[in-house]
Amino acid sequence: MTTWGSSYIGRDRPLDTERSLSLGERLLALNWFVVLLLCVIACIGFAMLYSAGNGSWDPWASRQAIRFGAGLVLLLVVALIDIRFWLRVAYLIYGGCLLLLVAVELMGSIGMGAQRWIDVGFMQLQPSEMMKVALVLALARYFHSPTLDEVGNIRRLIAPIAFILLPVALVMRQPDLGTALMLMCVGGAVFFIAGVRLWKFAVVIAGGIAAIPVAWTFLHDYQRNRILTFLDPERDPLGAGYHIIQSQIAMGAGGVTGQGFLQGSQGHLNFLPERQTDFIFTMLAEEFGLIGGLTLLGLYALLILAGYVAGLRCRNHFGRVLALGLTTNFFLYAFINPAMVMALIPVVGVPLPLVSYGGTAMLTVMAGFGLILSVSINRDLKISRRALEGAEL
Amino acid sequence: MDRDVDRQRSLTRRTLLLGGMKVALFGALGARMYQLQVLESERFGMLAEENRVNVQLIAPSRGKILDRTGRQLAINEPNFRVLLTAEQAGDVEAMLARLGGIVPLDDSVVERVMRDVSRRRAFVPVTVTENLTFDQVAEIEVNTPELPGISIDVGDLRTYPEGDVTAHVVGYVGAVSEQDLTGDPVLSLPGFQIGKSGIERHHEQVLRGQAGTRQVEVNAVGRIIRELARDDGEAGGDVRLTLDVDLQRFVQDRLTTEMSASAVVMDAYTGEIFAIASQPTYDANLFTGGIDQATWNRLLNNPYHPLTNKAIAGLFSPGSTFKMVVALAALEDGVIDDSFEAYCPGHLMVGNRRFNCWRHWGHGRLALVQAIAQSCDVFFYEVALRTGIDSISAMANRLGIGIQTGIDIPGERAGLMPTRAWKESNRGESWLQGDTVNVSIGQGFLTTTPLQLAVMTARLINGGRPIVPRLTQAAGARDLSTLPPPPADTEIDPYHIDLIRQGMIEVTSGASGTARGAQIAVEGFEMGGKSGTVQVYQITPEERASGVRSAADLPWALRDHALFVAFAPISEPRYVCSVVVEHATGGGSSVAAPIARDVLLEVQRRAPARALNLTPTDLAQATGVEG
Repeated sequence: MTTWGSSYIGRDRPLDTERSLSLGERLLALNWFVVLLLCVIACIGFAMLYSAGNGSWDPWASRQAIRFGAGLVLLLVVALIDIRFWLRVAYLIYGGCLLLLVAVELMGSIGMGAQRWIDVGFMQLQPSEMMKVALVLALARYFHSPTLDEVGNIRRLIAPIAFILLPVALVMRQPDLGTALMLMCVGGAVFFIAGVRLWKFAVVIAGGIAAIPVAWTFLHDYQRNRILTFLDPERDPLGAGYHIIQSQIAMGAGGVTGQGFLQGSQGHLNFLPERQTDFIFTMLAEEFGLIGGLTLLGLYALLILAGYVAGLRCRNHFGRVLALGLTTNFFLYAFINPAMVMALIPVVGVPLPLVSYGGTAMLTVMAGFGLILSVSINRDLKISRRALEGAEL
Repeated sequence: MDRDVDRQRSLTRRTLLLGGMKVALFGALGARMYQLQVLESERFGMLAEENRVNVQLIAPSRGKILDRTGRQLAINEPNFRVLLTAEQAGDVEAMLARLGGIVPLDDSVVERVMRDVSRRRAFVPVTVTENLTFDQVAEIEVNTPELPGISIDVGDLRTYPEGDVTAHVVGYVGAVSEQDLTGDPVLSLPGFQIGKSGIERHHEQVLRGQAGTRQVEVNAVGRIIRELARDDGEAGGDVRLTLDVDLQRFVQDRLTTEMSASAVVMDAYTGEIFAIASQPTYDANLFTGGIDQATWNRLLNNPYHPLTNKAIAGLFSPGSTFKMVVALAALEDGVIDDSFEAYCPGHLMVGNRRFNCWRHWGHGRLALVQAIAQSCDVFFYEVALRTGIDSISAMANRLGIGIQTGIDIPGERAGLMPTRAWKESNRGESWLQGDTVNVSIGQGFLTTTPLQLAVMTARLINGGRPIVPRLTQAAGARDLSTLPPPPADTEIDPYHIDLIRQGMIEVTSGASGTARGAQIAVEGFEMGGKSGTVQVYQITPEERASGVRSAADLPWALRDHALFVAFAPISEPRYVCSVVVEHATGGGSSVAAPIARDVLLEVQRRAPARALNLTPTDLAQATGVEG
C-alpha cells in the first residue's frame, strides 16, 4: 500500500472490504468540499451571466441557476449510487450515447452550421458532451480487468481504440473538431493512465503529425480559418480574427483589478462575441481583472486536485481510472476555454465549465463530478479484476 | 494482488506525470494572463477606449456678415432635411412612397436612398431630401405616426439676402475641395462649406469658428449608447463691413444702364469702402445649394463676365484720369509751378512722331488748372517729357497706381505702372520718349483697376495720406472702425494738392471744363473730378465715309472705355468715387461722369462717413461730417 493519503483513511472503517456502504455512511463519506467548490464556481458563473445580460437575470443567469440546481441533484444521485453499478452499466451508457450521436446525425437540427443538438423538449441535448463522460466510463470499465502486462499487449488495445474512434468519427462528421479532439485527448489520457506503453503514444503522435496535411484537406473552410486566424489574428481583423482580437483587448483592458462588475465596456458594448458562452472568461477577466481570472483558475485547480486525490486514494482500478480520466476531462475544459480566449490556441467551441451558459455541458460536468464523488465514497471498496466476467455485457 | 499493485504504481507514476503537464499548462494560462493584463494592459486599455469612445465633431455655426448699419448680408437659414432611419421604417420602399405624397421625390432620389440604406447600418439615418418648405415640414410633423423612421433635421443653409447686390463683395461659400484641406478636422465633415470668394473667403477663420466635439460611447456596430462629454465649440464671429448696402444697391442699379461697368465709392480719409459694384452681377445664393452645370456654364461663358469683380480685377488704361499724377510729380519735382504755361497747337512732335491732342485744333496757351479742366494732352506731353518717367512712376506708385492696394477681399490685380527697368526686362527695349508721352495721358503700357483710381483720387485730395481701401469694419473681436486715418504725407506740398484740386473742380464747374454738364446741382454737394476716355479702336476713314459717326454705331467690343474719378463735396472733400464703363456709347465726360455725379450725390445724402478728429493743421477744411 504505497498510495499516499492511505494513512488516515479507514480509521473508523475496515480496510479491504467488499461490503456495500449504507446511505448514511455514503452521505458522511461524501466530499462536501467538492460540492462547495462547485457551488462557488457556479455562482461566479451566475454573476457573469447576470453581467452578460447587461445586469439582468434574464435571459441567461436565471435559467443557468435552475440547470445548476438540476445538476446538483444529478450529482448527488450519481455520487450516492454504488460504484459497482456504474461499473456494470458503463458499456450500456457508452452504447446509449453512441446511439444518440447517430441519432444526431440522422435527425439533429441545424445550428451554427453544425449538427450537434437533439431537442428533448425541456432542453437541447448535446450527445457529444455526454460522450466525454461515457467514453471515460467505458474505458475505465475496459481497463479494470487487464493486468499491466496485458495492457502492454497491442491486441488488447484494439477494442478501447475503437471505443475512442467510433464517437470521434461521428463527432467529426457533425462537424465538431474541438469536441473530437477533446475526446481523443481524454481517451489518450486514459490510455496513458492505464499504462499503455509510451512508445505507442510516440507512434500515434508522429502519425498524427504526419497526417496533418491530409487532415487539412478534410477540414471545413471555417475550421481552417480558425486555425489560420489563430496563427495570425491580424490576418482578417474585421472577420475571423475580430473575436480573438477583441477578446485580448478586453482582457488587457481589465488589467490587474478589472473594470468592475457590470463595467466592462468591451463586453457590454458587444465588442465581445458570444459573451455568455465561449467568451465568458474574457468578461470575467475584463470586469474582475487578473485577480478574478486567477481566482477562477485557482478554484478549478482545487477541483482538479480533489479529483486527483479521489483517484489516487481509490483502492479499485475502475475507480482510479474513472476519477483520473474524468478529472483530466474537466481539466481540458478548464484549460482549453481560457487558452482559446487568450489566443494561446485556436478558437474551438469549448465552454468554460460550470460558468458558460449551456445545459448539457453543465449536466455533464455535474454527472462527471458525481462519478468522481462516488469513486471517493467507495474508495476502500475492493473490486475483483474478474468481478464482471460472465456478467451481462 | 501484486499485479494490482504494479498497476497502481504505474498509474500513480503516470498520473503524477500527467499532473505535472497540467500544472505546466495552467502555468502557461497564468503567464499569458500576466502578459495580457499586466505587461500589455495599458496598450489594450487604450484600444478598448478607442473601441468604446467615438469623437464626433459638431460643426460651428458660421458667423454673419453685416453691412455698416447692421443689415444682414450673409446669414444662416434653417435647412429642413428629411432623414430616414431604416430600422424604424421597416419597409423603406413603402415609406418612401408614402413620403412622396408630401414631398415630391423623383425616381433617382428613391434609388439613391435605397442604395444608401443598403450600404449603411440600419440605425444610421439617411438624408432623403433637403430644403423643405415650412408647409412640407408641418405636414410631415402632423403625419409622424404614419411615418415611422422619418425624421426632420435642421441644418444651416448660407443665405445672402442681398444676393446679387453684394455677390462680388460678400462672395459665397461652397463645398470643401481637396486643396482647402488644411488639417482642421471640421473641414472633413460631410456637407461643410467654406468661403470661396469675397469676404466669405477673406474672413474664413473668423466666420468659421471653432468646431465642437461630442464624445459618445458606441457599441461594436457603432450605435450610440450615450453621450460622454460635449464641447459645443465656438460659433463663428460676425463680420461687419464698411459697406452701406442701400448705397451699394443704388450704385449697382445705376450701373445697369451699361453692359459692363464698375464703380467704387470710398472715404478719402479712412479708406472705408461704402460701395463697390461690378456690372453685371450674379446671385450668390446660386452657389450655396450647389450650382447646376447649365447655370454655371451660362455665368462662365457670359461675354460680360459677371463672375469677375471688375472693380478690383478689371484692368484698364486710366486715360486722362492719370494726368493729375503727372501734374503732381512735376509740381513736386519743381519742373513746373502754378505759373507754368504750355502752348497747344493740337499736336506735339517728338522726334519724327506726331502726338495729337484730343482737340485737333488745339487749346492754345494754358496753365495747369486749365490744362486739367480741359484735359489738354499736349500740356501733359510737355510736362511729362520734362519730368521724366522715373518721377512719374514713383508718384503713381505713391498714389496707389500699379501696385495692389491691399483691399481685404481676394482676387485683386496689380495693374502695371511701367518703368525703364520694366520695359528693358519685359520687352528687351530701352525706354523711349514716346513711351513717356503715352504714359502722360494714361495710355501705353499703363493699366490700373477702378479701385486703384479711387485710391489715387483719395490720396490726391487727402494730402497724400496713404490710405488703404478696406471693407472690414469689424471682424469677430477685432474692431477697425475707430482706426485713425493715416497721417498726411508731409513731403507733399499742400499747395500742390490744392492746385490739382482746383483743376478737378474746374472740370465740373469751369466754363470750359470737360464734364461741366455733370456737375451736382445741389448746393454744398458739388463735386470735382476728372474724365478719361480710352480709345479701343480707331474709326477708319472708310467707316466714317460709310456712315459710322459715333461709338454707338460700332460693335460693342470696339467702343471706347469711359472713366471718371471724382470727389465731393468740393468745400471739404470727403468722398471719392471712380467709375469705369467698358465700351461705352460715349466718353468719360458724357457716360462715366453722370454716373459719378449720381453716386456722389447719393453718398452725400446718406453721409455714411463718421466724424474725424483731425487737428486743424491736419485737415484745414475738414470739419465734422455726420457719421
